[in-house]
Amino acid sequence: MTLNSKIPQGPLKDKWTDYKNKINLVNPANKRHIDVIVVGTGLAGGSASATLAELGYNVKTFCYQDSPRRAHSIAAQGGINAAKNYQGDGDSTYRLFYDTVKGGDYRSREANVYRLAEVSANIIDQCVAQGVPFARDYGGLLDNRSFGGVLVSRTFYAKGQTGQQLLLGAYSAMNRQIARGKIEMFNRHEMLDLVVVDGKARGIIARNLVTGEIERHAAHAVVIASGGYGNVYFLSTNAMGSNATAAWKVHKKGAYFANPCFTQIHPTCIPRSGDYQSKLTLMSESLRNDGRIWVPKSLEDAKAIRDRSKKPTELTEDQRDYFLERRYPAFGNLVPRDVASRAAKERCDAGFGVNATGEAVFLDFAASFERYGQEQAKIHNLVNPTNEKIIELGQKIVEAKYGNLFQMYEKIIDENPYETPMMIYPAVHYTMGGIWVDYNLMTTIPGCYAIGEANFSDHGANRLGASALMQGLADGYFVLPYTIGDYLADDIRTGKISSETPEFDEAEKSVKDRIDFFINNKGTHSVDYYHKKLGKIMWDKCGMSRNEKELKEAIEEISALRKDFWQNVSVPGSDKQFNEELAKAGRVADFLELGELFAKDALEREESAGGHFREEHQTAEGEAQRRPEFQYVSAWEYKGEPKEALLHKEVLEYENIEVKERSYK
Amino acid sequence: MSGFLKSSIGRKVAMSLSALFLMVFLLQHFFINSLSVFSPELFNEVSHFMGTNPLVQFALQPVLIFGVVFHFIMGFILEIKNNKARQVSYAKNNGGANSSWMSRNMIWTGGAILLFIILHFIDFWIPEINTKYILGDMSGTKEGLEGLRYYEELTHKFENPLRVGVYAIAFVFLGLHLAHGFTSAFQSVGAASLRKKLANVGKAYSIIIPLGFIIIALFHHFNH
Amino acid sequence: MNLTLKIWRQKDARSKGQMVDYKVTEISEHMSFLEMMDVLNEQLINKGEEPVSFDHDCREGICGSCSMFINGEAHGPDRRVTTCQLHMRMFHDGETITIEPWRATAFPVIKDLIVDRSAFDRIQHAGGYISVNTSGNTQDANAIPISKQAADTAMDAATCIGCGACVASCKNSSAMLFVGAKVSQYALLPQGQVEAATRVKNMVAQMDLEGFGNCTNTGACEVECPKGISLDVIARMNRELMKASV
Repeated sequence: MTLNSKIPQGPLKDKWTDYKNKINLVNPANKRHIDVIVVGTGLAGGSASATLAELGYNVKTFCYQDSPRRAHSIAAQGGINAAKNYQGDGDSTYRLFYDTVKGGDYRSREANVYRLAEVSANIIDQCVAQGVPFARDYGGLLDNRSFGGVLVSRTFYAKGQTGQQLLLGAYSAMNRQIARGKIEMFNRHEMLDLVVVDGKARGIIARNLVTGEIERHAAHAVVIASGGYGNVYFLSTNAMGSNATAAWKVHKKGAYFANPCFTQIHPTCIPRSGDYQSKLTLMSESLRNDGRIWVPKSLEDAKAIRDRSKKPTELTEDQRDYFLERRYPAFGNLVPRDVASRAAKERCDAGFGVNATGEAVFLDFAASFERYGQEQAKIHNLVNPTNEKIIELGQKIVEAKYGNLFQMYEKIIDENPYETPMMIYPAVHYTMGGIWVDYNLMTTIPGCYAIGEANFSDHGANRLGASALMQGLADGYFVLPYTIGDYLADDIRTGKISSETPEFDEAEKSVKDRIDFFINNKGTHSVDYYHKKLGKIMWDKCGMSRNEKELKEAIEEISALRKDFWQNVSVPGSDKQFNEELAKAGRVADFLELGELFAKDALEREESAGGHFREEHQTAEGEAQRRPEFQYVSAWEYKGEPKEALLHKEVLEYENIEVKERSYK
Repeated sequence: MSGFLKSSIGRKVAMSLSALFLMVFLLQHFFINSLSVFSPELFNEVSHFMGTNPLVQFALQPVLIFGVVFHFIMGFILEIKNNKARQVSYAKNNGGANSSWMSRNMIWTGGAILLFIILHFIDFWIPEINTKYILGDMSGTKEGLEGLRYYEELTHKFENPLRVGVYAIAFVFLGLHLAHGFTSAFQSVGAASLRKKLANVGKAYSIIIPLGFIIIALFHHFNH
Repeated sequence: MNLTLKIWRQKDARSKGQMVDYKVTEISEHMSFLEMMDVLNEQLINKGEEPVSFDHDCREGICGSCSMFINGEAHGPDRRVTTCQLHMRMFHDGETITIEPWRATAFPVIKDLIVDRSAFDRIQHAGGYISVNTSGNTQDANAIPISKQAADTAMDAATCIGCGACVASCKNSSAMLFVGAKVSQYALLPQGQVEAATRVKNMVAQMDLEGFGNCTNTGACEVECPKGISLDVIARMNRELMKASV
């Protein structure tokens, strides 16, 4: 099968409009005879469910949480981009498109990204109409901030809880449709397999997580909106329950999996404090606007700080190594996420880490306290203010900007970041890779769609800040509802899909067999034991920087770990009740396959781009080096073991943008 | 509107309106009683007016009685409903960490006030109704007594130290009830800003009024 | 540190539950409360026993899943945090910690410490939305200016994570802080005012139907709310309902 991305003809800026004008539509009377399943209720799944139901389709929506409102989109802090140009600073659809493609290191599809930029403005209008309380200025108009090193202010935000407010907006739109009976909501349900009938996606097998019952759900189309696979690392900023099972099952049923190695590692997370750590907490990267990142210059000082015999504030300026400012004089502490992350890891690997685990660097606000303090002293006309007074004034300004983050840090670490520098370390945050989809957001299985973080489409090799929320809502509110109609127009005469077919029998049997295995396997190790081991392999060998030797080792190690898992995993309790260990076992089993494909993809991609850094491919200064011959999407076809996956290439062409080298020197 | 009265919020608004009315009444009652300390004659005159004025007797008095009865019955109904909302209780519940004792025990302080009101009715209201409407004596005088009888009856009641003790304790309960009830009433009718602004007034009210009643009782006990 | 845990164990909704004692050792003060629970569960699994079930997901205080009543308080003794953000440094070596599920008739126990909070969802279905189609053809986002103060107050109300600590802390199991927060958010925004009357009536009616208790203004909810939602939202809801009913 060759990949057909189905990009419409014509000039870039007209593609989406022309496409919408020409696609097949389903008439309203027919929509009510068509069922659509949506898996996941984050920004993408929630907005898609609401919109499809509004259009008149019968929607069945599934989430593993106890309420759709708890999907992990809720944790996004910073904001959402939209090319509104409210600030009059020269923003435009083209500029947002350009920034996104460039930020993605020229590994995303032009037409998709342009469409994303085009509909971005509608998202803001829509959300405001829904009652999302975005931040406003004193004139009552929407406020913007600049985000992630771009040159315009296009990020809309709601305090540090933008994801929460947008998700609650989508959830409210869902509630309206649930009340109308157009969405049937299945909370605490997990999709465990996709059912394909005559080559088309026709339903899913789901498990009721409370009763343990295995259920069949049939539909004319299935939409996967189950998020990313960051938890393959065990420790990430994802939620504990975030998993790749739905995406992986779809892959095993024939959907190609694209660019699994493109993973975003976020530099400003709160460091791990010990082996018991269950998850990592992100702090908004806006902190880097005012904080300076450093480690001690000497190994002795680093050691003294680790064993707490020295305080960081005791080190003089010339005993500190502001390594980002040293290496990247032009951008300093504001270099892109991947560059900042790798540089921090490099220093810690060299033994300069500053917390007990040796995996942390300082983020110091002392200079900002002083700078803002002096500004304030001038503003208030203070004559010869004392040093204490200056620091105090400066701290007030920093508090107004980041007070909630400082407070969160103090709650977790139990150190006052106004008195001693913060400690940060990179953590896995977002996965750009995902299920391959065409322009219609359809996977390589007809009738099976993937939206939001679950698909691979818009961010290329690296995602810009505040773009994930934009993509999730764009897919769900404004793209999928059109494109799915084109496919469903052929289904108006199909009638109700039966779940009493051999295909459903077979899918249900395989799900039940796997559950029976877990329950009956009297193994010796818990599910977490394997998940943590997998996470360690991934972090050490498929983490921030990768090389051929370690990737090959990772493939072997994951493969061996998987074998061990299937012999020695232990799952307590029964399958006829709420059993979190059982649910986790299934998810980890899938991560153990996905992890290997991840390593294989990283091995195959012999270049450095965005979230993927191959040590063999760097410039003399140690910077990422893209290679033109890898300007393609790797789409992997399932062929049994992950080792045997078959690579298909979708070559990326840039007709509207010049591919440039990036430099942050 | 009927839906409103059946709703949880409607009921709490009704609780609060009856409470606000009762607090106004209490203020008025306190004012008249305090006259007894300063001027027995004035106290007698005002008491006679209140006891014989048809507007007070046949319009305000029934409203007051309705208010009292309503406040108690609704209080008990809500308490039963609220108990049903949690059928399994906590093994360990540290209510003191997040709320005042007064706010959590309105039903007990209220119950104590109810017992007191029964005693108070037996002491004053029933004899009064008996004299005026059963025996038909609207004169406000008594055989062997010069002038009006109210002051004498009042001081007579406070001769018994046991009664004075019971009254004093009852007023402590009233104070506790008011300590939460005063501001709570404003919150229930939606006046959140008044709740905050009147916090100190509420504190003062819930201390001064009950304490004043206690002082009046003690004053008469020790002066006669 | 070493701790004794008294935990509510209940097999399923129909079974009778009981408090069971467990011991955990070598707990670091830097652990979060749920990481301490992970240690206990790992210990139970290795002994072949069933781990303690509890709701949790984001572990950064925003999804609203975690819901433990710890030593007599919703989300434990710290303020403005959810259970997942509570750290063991709030406890001392040798302490006995009592851990129970939210208790409310409207929140039946599903298993151990997990309760069914779908009553909250049903209240939202009754009116927790603005009736606007997601067509993208709405007017421009800046067409109606909204005062910064109204937008900020609406945002404060919208911060609610729907965890149910208000219900759990309230001696009456009242859900008014939760419902008040949603009603207030929409009532403060011009977009929400069109349907304000029907919304507050329907949401309050559904809240009553679910069997939540009545608010007696103890203020426990406000103190225990991990997001600091103010009692003002309840007052506003009371006003809104009065306005809608006259």
